[in-house]
Parts: sequence; C-alpha cells; structure tokens
Amino acid sequence: MAKTALQFRHNGRDVAIFADGGTNLLVALRELIGDMTPKFGCGQGGCGTCSVLIDGELHLSCLTLAETVAGRSVETLDGLKQGPNLHPLQRAFADNFAAQCGYCTPGMLMAAKALLDRNPQPSRAEVVEAISGNICRCTGYEPIIDAILAASGGRASA
Amino acid sequence: MLELRKDIFADERDDNLKEIGKGTQRQDMLGHVTGTSSYFNDHKLQGMLHLKVVRSTQAHAQLRHIDTTEAERLSGVRRIIRGADVPRNLNTLLSLINFGKDDEPTLAADKVRYKGEPVVAIVADSEREAFEAIAKVRIDYAPLPVVLDVEDALKAGAPVVNETYPKNAFIYHDVHDHQKLRFGDADAALATADHVLEQRYQMSPIEHAPTETNGAIAAPDTNGRYVVYTSTQALFFSVDTCAKILDLPSNTFHFIGGTVGGGFGGKVDTLTEPLAILGAILTGRPVRYVFGREEEMQYGPPRGAERIYIKDGVMRDGRIVARKIRAYFDSGAYTRLSSYAAVKCAAHLPGPYTIPNVCGDVYCVFTNRTPATAMRGFGVTAMDFAIECQMDKLANLVGMDPMEFRILNAYRDGDMKAHRREAKNTALIECVQVAAEKAKWPIRDEFKRASSRKDGGGSRAVIPSTPSDARARPAVPAQQRTTYDRLPPTVTREPPREPPPPAPPPPPPRPAAPSHGATRFSSVFGTRRR
Amino acid sequence: MAVTVKTFASTSEAVGALSADRGARYLGGGTLVMRALNEGDVSVSTVIRASDKALTRIDASGPRVMLGAGITFARILAERDLGFLHAPARSIGGPAVRNMGTVGGNLFAPSPYGDFTVALLALEATIAVQGGFGTRDIAIEEFLQSRERQAGTLVLSVSFARPASADAFRYHKVARIKPKGGSVITLAAHLPISGGRIAGARIALGSMAPTQIRARAAERVLEGRSLDAATIAAAAAAVTEGTSPSDNALGSAWYRREIAGVHLRRLLSGQD
Repeated sequence: MAKTALQFRHNGRDVAIFADGGTNLLVALRELIGDMTPKFGCGQGGCGTCSVLIDGELHLSCLTLAETVAGRSVETLDGLKQGPNLHPLQRAFADNFAAQCGYCTPGMLMAAKALLDRNPQPSRAEVVEAISGNICRCTGYEPIIDAILAASGGRASA
Repeated sequence: MLELRKDIFADERDDNLKEIGKGTQRQDMLGHVTGTSSYFNDHKLQGMLHLKVVRSTQAHAQLRHIDTTEAERLSGVRRIIRGADVPRNLNTLLSLINFGKDDEPTLAADKVRYKGEPVVAIVADSEREAFEAIAKVRIDYAPLPVVLDVEDALKAGAPVVNETYPKNAFIYHDVHDHQKLRFGDADAALATADHVLEQRYQMSPIEHAPTETNGAIAAPDTNGRYVVYTSTQALFFSVDTCAKILDLPSNTFHFIGGTVGGGFGGKVDTLTEPLAILGAILTGRPVRYVFGREEEMQYGPPRGAERIYIKDGVMRDGRIVARKIRAYFDSGAYTRLSSYAAVKCAAHLPGPYTIPNVCGDVYCVFTNRTPATAMRGFGVTAMDFAIECQMDKLANLVGMDPMEFRILNAYRDGDMKAHRREAKNTALIECVQVAAEKAKWPIRDEFKRASSRKDGGGSRAVIPSTPSDARARPAVPAQQRTTYDRLPPTVTREPPREPPPPAPPPPPPRPAAPSHGATRFSSVFGTRRR
Repeated sequence: MAVTVKTFASTSEAVGALSADRGARYLGGGTLVMRALNEGDVSVSTVIRASDKALTRIDASGPRVMLGAGITFARILAERDLGFLHAPARSIGGPAVRNMGTVGGNLFAPSPYGDFTVALLALEATIAVQGGFGTRDIAIEEFLQSRERQAGTLVLSVSFARPASADAFRYHKVARIKPKGGSVITLAAHLPISGGRIAGARIALGSMAPTQIRARAAERVLEGRSLDAATIAAAAAAVTEGTSPSDNALGSAWYRREIAGVHLRRLLSGQD
C-alpha cells in the first residue's frame, strides 16, 4: 500500500509518520504515534470523544484526513498535564467527579480547553454550548459543567 | 443533592457510618482525567489484523449459497471464516448456568433470522481491505416469511423464527411456554369489583449507545494461550462463553478488561470475543474486532421491546382487589437474556402493592428482530412504567389523589406477596411521603401517618385459595365499563386468545437446594433450576 | 486497494480529477467523506482536495454576499456582517463540527443534516459550479434537485442577496436535544415587507422531503398580504402542501407534518 509521509507537531514535539491513503488523524495518533488518549466513539462526528486541538482549534480527529495536519500543531489530552502536575481542568474534573466510565473524558477536556483558551471566564450557557458536540452516555453532564466552571474560577452553581 | 433522611427507620440502622454520605474519590479517576485508563482498544499490537463481519441483509431467509472466492483473492485478506469453522457454532448465553437451550450460531450457517446477523467473518491486514472484501462476498438468500410482532409470533401458523423453539416462545424447564403467576382468584374478584380498567402498554427497543462500541482484541500468547482485551461487562462470563464456543479449556484465555467505555447492559453478550480469538487462532496473529457506530446502533443488542396488558379491579374506596397482567417480551431472534428478563418480570408482579388476587402471564417471544439483551433493570423497567401509568389512571377513576392511592395500596411489612413470600423491609409508603413532601404535594394526615411497619400482616398475610386455570371464567359485567376502559380504535378490545397448552401453575417455592452457579446469580433461578 | 489522496492547487485540476474517476469524492471539511470512509464505504477510492484560495474567499460587505464553498460555519459565526446567518450556522453540530463543516459540503448533507442549506434555499442562493463544461451558476433549487447527479463537478461558492432587514430573514431548527441535535424539521423564511405587504416571500423546509424544499403554497398565501394573524394561520395551514417527509429515529413523517404548521406560525409571529 502506498504510504504518505507527513510531519506535524504533536503536543509540542515534532513527529513524522507514514500513513496509508485515507487514514484519519485519530488512527494516525493512536496506531502510528501511539497516543491512545483520543478515543473512537462513532467515526461520524456525533460523539466528540476523539476531539483534539489543531492549531488551537477544536477538531474531530476521526473526520480529519491525517495528511491535512502536515506542518500544523496537534494537541491531545496526552499533552494537557503540566509536567508531573495535572492541568487545572484535569484537577477540576477529578474534584468534581466529572468522569464515570471515562470514555468521553478526553474529548470533554479538549473541548473545555478550547473554550477556556479563548474565553477564560465563560458563563454556564457558554460551557454547555462548548461541550454540546460531546456525548456523555453515563449522563454526567452536570458535574462536567461544574468542573469546567470551577477550573475557570467561575462559580459552579452559577 | 444527596440528603440522608436519618429520621426514617432510625432504629433499624447503625448511624455510625464512615463512608455513606461522604464523597470518596474513584480509584480510576486519575486514569480517566489523564487519558491513561486502558480500554480494550488502547493496545497497539505488532502485526494486528482486523476482523469485520458480513451481515445479513434479510430479516429471515435460508442461506442457499455463500460465495467468497472473489473476496479471498483480494490483497490483504488473510482469512475468511464461515459458520463451519466455528468449533461449536451454537450457544445460548445462560447455558453456563444450565438455563435454556443452545439456539444462536456465532456465524449463521443454514439460515438468517434477523437483519444484520453475522454470516461471514473476514480477517484482513486493514479495515479498508476487510470492507473491500465484504463488498465482494455474494450471499444467495431464499427469503422466508417474517414475523416482527410478539403477538403475531404466538399465533398458530406463524413463521418459525428459531427452530430450537418451534412455537416462538422460550420454554421454561422443558415444559412451560411462559412464566405464570397465580394468587387468589383474579377473575372472580374482577367480576365483583366496582370498576375494571384494562389498558395496553408498549415500550420500544432502547439502544444503550455506549460511547465505546463493543469490541475485542485477541492475540496469541506464549504457551499456546491467547490474551484477550475486551469491552465485556462480564469478564468471567465471557471467558466461559468463549471456552464453550471454541471448545477449548477456559484457561486457554487470558482475558483483560474491566475498564469499559459505557455498557449499561449492552456489553454482556460476548459478541466479539469468540470471533476475535478464532481469527487469532486461524491466522496466528493479533486480531481486532470492533463494532462501527452503525453496527453498534443497528445490530448491537437493545433493551427488548415489551407489550403489556393490565386489567385491574378496584373498589370505590380505592382498594385494588384484582390485577391481571399479560406481558410479551420481544427477545428478537435468539434468547440471549430475555428468558431471564421474563422471570424477573413475573417475580416483580404485581408491583410493590398488596393485591389479594393476582394473575400474571409473561412470555419470552422470538421474532425476526435484533436479539435483545440486558439493560439497567431489564424485565422490570417497562412493567413498572405500565403499572405506574395504570396506578395514576386507577386513582383518577376512583377520584383519589394518586399519592394517597399508592399509600393505600402499598405493601407493608408482614403482607403476603403474590409469590408467597412475606414482604419485609418495605419502604414504599415512606418514599411516597417524602416525594410528596419534596414536591409540596398535599396529602391528608391519615396518609402522612401511614407507615410500612403498621397495619401489615394479619389478614394480609394469608395465601388465598387459588383455583386452577381449568375453571371457567366469569364474564365481566357491562356496568363496570369506565371512561378509561377504552383503547385506541385501531386496537382490538379482546385480548388475543390464550396461547396453546396451558402450563400447570408453578410449584410452590422451596428453599433453594445448594446448586452450584445458579444461586449465585439469582434467587429466582435458584428455585427454578430443577 | 487503499484510498488515494490527490491534492491540487487549482479547482480546475481538481475538477479534472473528479470527472476522470468514478470513485473520486471531493473532501471539504471531512464530515461527509471521512465519515463514509470510516463506515466502510468502498465506493470512495480517491479523495480529491484543492488548496485554491478562492474556495475560502468571503465577500460579506455589499448587498450581494458571496461565500466560498470551503467557508466553515465557525468562520461565518466570526463574521459580523453575516449576523443573519449566525442562527443557521450555530444550529449545526457542536463547536468541532462548526470548525470543520463547510458551506459547500452542507449542500450535500442528507437529512437530518443540511440545515444551512435550508437557509440558503430561503435566500434563493445561486450555486457556482465548476465542471468539464467550465463554470456556471445554478439556482439552488435546481441544484438540490440534481445534486445526486453532480459527480465530476465541484461547488465553488454560493451567493445571494442580503435580506433587506434583520427581520426579513428568520430561521428555526427543531431538534430533540438542545443545544445540539439532528433536525426534526428546519424552517427558514425570507419575508421582505414593502408598504406593509410581503413582497417576495420564500419559505424553505428541511427534513420535509428527500431534499430541502420550498413551501410554495405557504409562500403564495403570504405574498402581497400583511403579516397578520389570519395570514400566518393560512400560511401555517398550507405549509405541508407538496411535502413528503419520512420516518426516522428523530421523528415520524406524521409528526413532522403535524408540527410544521405550528413552527411556521411561531416563526412568522416572532415566537421562535
């Protein structure tokens, strides 16, 4: 099979891979780079668990053709920790019991990061909108919303 | 927010609680927020192959011919697996506890019984190559008549869905075509009740839609063993199911699981593990079989549909004197766990109420639909929906407040339940009282004073005389018709005829004899196994 | 056979590749083509891309608005001059989908998707299409009727006249999940009022037929009338004429017919 070579930045490190034609970014990250933090949930843009940031913008890695990220910067949950310390969002998710089965958590965290990077003090409505593409089938939305507000310094009950 | 009502049943409880009422961090939380929790699919194995199945396009058909020659020639195709390649190509999940007959193939061999049933498995180097091979498999179907409705399926002359159960009903203990509950004389009580209300309820199938789809990765390990990463919710159950289907000792497999991306009951059917392991056995390579989203939604087993008829007799003062229930569980084409759901449903009748005359018939029915499985409270959920809708309607019928009506009819400690067991530790009355209080719903003092621990037992503890089914049924007097006693015009008023051969009433319950396996699963099984 | 990806600098080269290969599909934002690949659609064997800057051009300042086919919904939401399109743009997907999905791709999104196209239909947009024949403009209604036969062509842009006032364009998507969800039905209305009378009424519906359609009977009711309660009631009563909704998991055809008039009434009376 013909492979395409591409380079991009992955959580601040330069990586290079050879991908089969048509490979999506989710498969490239998981199977070629070994970053298992973005998950497969639907392959069709319905669940959000594969969410990553591309040049700081929230994208669905399962619907992104891998070679379109050549030369760009991709951030995943694997890059969220700050050295040995949890990112404030990770800490807030843990403190607020904002994960049950944990499968939506990588996408939720990246959607939350995309929001706070642009809007550090969001309203509750803005948080709801920001995670509206992410499904939590354990239906733990309230603690997730509370956690994002807590990480932003907002009031969880607002 | 959580509120512990320590004033209720305070004397029954040691209040020196260390954990309850306090937050405790989940042990998997750190893994979840860092993305390091390891799900079945988070394993990158050298040389891993991909398995996909060809699914039936027909709801019911004979398989005349399957042609895989073109698919086999495609590049990247490592192995094509047919029903004949599966060592024991017939299984039923609960056979592990000696419940039910083997009725479901891993890959359909002679006929397909629902749309989406797996017929051929393809193991290829990449998913894309597996999909391309699927497109080249030719299956010649001879379509058969389809039955999609539970009541149609029980009619004489209905198409036989599953030859293991030729009457389209699961057979309990080799004899009974349904679960039967008889307590007192419901027909006689209906004949003398002030009002009779008969209603029909229905619940559609419900898909669990876990965010992680069903899947497994199997890989050859050292010493001839296979390591299996799986999404299963029932790890040891899946090990034994694979051991049976693949006809290998269970210690051939090293199952690794437990971190599941949402299950809700939809990951107990061991759908992917046997084929993933068989693929690994046949190719000597790691094999992954994971459902796509459409597969998960269309062919992953749902909570099964149910149809329920309830006929109640109620007196003007609000006492329910008779409850007759007929329920049909749509198991789909195979049993999976619906046989158990029907047992659980029958054990739940007539709901948490003390009713002196109860008659229940619960059927587990086969249709040409996707096999159903477990989902959160299955067997009870739809029945509770129906019973509680019925309770509201009955309250309205007799002009009572629905909360008070429930308190009046609630079971209390010492009452005899329809299964001839004494009600203990009941708490419905207190639940309704607190719910009324929280909702600021006014109830009268006498109902506020009611208690689960008062006024139960005595005459309510008596097991009434229960006639056999052979006795003729009295007709319900016409003046009992009520405003609610109405069905949509498209629905026939008359209940469908009683299904063929009336099964004898179940034997009175006995203490469960020690029985390995069964009693661990359920007290219901424990008394029914023999 | 693996999928081949071909990237071209110009749209004309991309069109050449599209028309030369029956298995070729043009990749816009990825929400349709990548989804098809993920679900195992082996009819797609070649993915065509074009890096032509023309596809992401936007002209929103004048009376006639032009949007390149590659414009994302996030981009529209960032454009202050396109305020009237923010409601339809925001009704699509979550933030990630809006960062990816494009105006051009939305023209091909099957029900229950394609909501932005409902807005474009009410705006009576013109679709600029490039094919073996060169470039030509197609009225959106004609385009939607023939969209299954558009193989070998590429949508370059859409253009339409800006509504006369903020009130002249209205949009509402009925979904079961808020703030995001597939369309039960989608409605858009273009209602310019001149001298107290509606002149040039256009009502577009999504999920009421195999493609997005105009509600011509309701438009005829509205034309030349003032937007009063009686007119609104008459339009609502006529809205399902010519529709052929189907059943899906989000709603039955019966339900869609029942609610179409209710939501049109609310839209026209400013309640939605």
